[in-house]
Amino acid sequence: MTDFLYFWNHFAFVILMVSGLFIIITSQNYIKKIVGLAIFQTSVFVFFVSLAKIIDGTAPILNSVNNVYSNPLPHVLILTAIVVGVATSALGLAIVLQIYKNYGSVEENEIKKEELKENS
Amino acid sequence: MNIFLDDATALVVVLPLLIAAIIAFIPSSRLAWFITIVTLVFHLSLSVELFQNFSSFGTIIYEFGNWPPPWGISFKLDGVNIGLQLLFSAFVLVTTIYSRKIFLSEIDPEDSGKAYSLWLLAIGSLNGIILTNDIFNLFVFLEISALSSISLISLGAGTNRKALLAAFNYLVIGAIGATFYVIGVGFAYAMTGTLNMNDLIIQLSQYSEGQLAIFAGMSFMLIGLMVKSAVFPLHLWLPPAYSYAPSAVSTLFAALATKAILIFFVRILYEVFSIYNGYLEIFLDYILLPLSLIAIFVGTIIAIYQNDIKKLLAYSSIAQIGYITLAFSINDNSGVLAGFVHIFNHALIKGGLFMAVGYLAISLNDRVTLESIEGYGQKYPITSYALLVCGLSLIGLPLTNGFISKLYIFQALYSNEMFLTIGLVALSSALAVIYFWKIVEKLFFSSKGYEATSEDPAIYIPIWIIALSIIYFGIFSSTIVEFSSIASESLILGGSN
Repeated sequence: MTDFLYFWNHFAFVILMVSGLFIIITSQNYIKKIVGLAIFQTSVFVFFVSLAKIIDGTAPILNSVNNVYSNPLPHVLILTAIVVGVATSALGLAIVLQIYKNYGSVEENEIKKEELKENS
Repeated sequence: MNIFLDDATALVVVLPLLIAAIIAFIPSSRLAWFITIVTLVFHLSLSVELFQNFSSFGTIIYEFGNWPPPWGISFKLDGVNIGLQLLFSAFVLVTTIYSRKIFLSEIDPEDSGKAYSLWLLAIGSLNGIILTNDIFNLFVFLEISALSSISLISLGAGTNRKALLAAFNYLVIGAIGATFYVIGVGFAYAMTGTLNMNDLIIQLSQYSEGQLAIFAGMSFMLIGLMVKSAVFPLHLWLPPAYSYAPSAVSTLFAALATKAILIFFVRILYEVFSIYNGYLEIFLDYILLPLSLIAIFVGTIIAIYQNDIKKLLAYSSIAQIGYITLAFSINDNSGVLAGFVHIFNHALIKGGLFMAVGYLAISLNDRVTLESIEGYGQKYPITSYALLVCGLSLIGLPLTNGFISKLYIFQALYSNEMFLTIGLVALSSALAVIYFWKIVEKLFFSSKGYEATSEDPAIYIPIWIIALSIIYFGIFSSTIVEFSSIASESLILGGSN
């Protein structure tokens, strides 16, 4: 049990990751898929930040009081990954907007139906 | 030129990215195209300089800001990527010359200038994927290339709105793949504290028995890269994306995007992973080899039933990626050599095919289906014969470079006594004749007697450059084989260097 409490943020990462994937796979709505994707990507941010944490560690500022600090590099990596995530969501939403303009719907099953009608 | 030489390794990536930002503000599409051409000519000359530098001094490691490797980001130009770097530079230049008319007719003319901004962004980031020596930096380039290619694919909506659905699919699947890759990077970083490839190899050797966290991380990374390079069960984004994108875009991505990622994939497999021989063998024999064989058959058989020619070519790409991964799954020098030979050859073949079909598409002003091209061999003879050359090479007829690839793949399989696989590969090559024959039959053996129409030299010259290089490398195969053997040797024997 103590292990669980100690690593709870890693469990949070796994739960977030799986629920994000679940939303992407099961939802019919394209906007919900983008939301699922965002949750999925955020889970990885939680994972990286957890990696960096050292118990009693502070921000990596050099002074005489604190000499234990968390590893700043994963934070920097995640800063990049956040930017990438935002860009992905933005582009995804822009495409969904265009899909709505062209098909009049953002529901996957309705669009599939329309495609079938078009083909037959 | 010499003043740029010191930084040439960085410039081949930075230059296209920089010019891409400038081109976005240029209203005239002709000027945008011209600047793109000038940039890529410069890019090609830098690549040639890099090649000369490589052949006299060997591996080049470029450290950004002179930060030494474990801390700073570095680029590495070694035997593995020098060949692809040269081919990449030359090929994007030819494709860009070809792309002008395609962009003008397939996408909204007002957007075609801005399309070159995305185009250069894709080129710069793909070149970054080829050169980078840092596993997190690769993720950034993967995402830049994914986002720019998704935008380019969605531009195909001007002719067919399905391009939007294809782009959205690619976005979701691609982002999942990239995120898997980052999770793997997280594991690797947690265990080793480094992101630099060379340093990673050194750090991993302290866990010579292997640890579960490392294997989990490596598996995440490999799966992420397999999604991005469309290895069989993870390929679903590729056929719609290639078939609804503007033709010039399909050409660029079919020829080079998956190849660049595959190069990194084998780097991870054979450079980083070679110390865990047991795990590597399990992955190659029980995962990659069966998947490649299934990919070859599924891709070929679905291609036979396609009516839409761009879709047919996209499924054939799945099969061809299968051949490449099949060759890479043979864990010795001859297999990796064959894989590299096929990477180079397939880039030329599929590029040429998509270019020729793209021209038919704009002259039809519709989807290119088997019915609609009936008799076009007489109407557009110059393009059609180029298509014929590329297609014969795809099947693997002697005197074309496709034959050389098949020869090396068979040789590698034979020397490892994988006779069942040889039979299956031969059978799949025979099946490939079926789908290509369907195109040839409609093009050349049709009762519709068309008059020959004049064709646009701005388009058929680039296509024939590719077609002639296919024949050239089929007859004088030593160039490609030499580059491939440099690559396979530095991959298998080089290790940390």
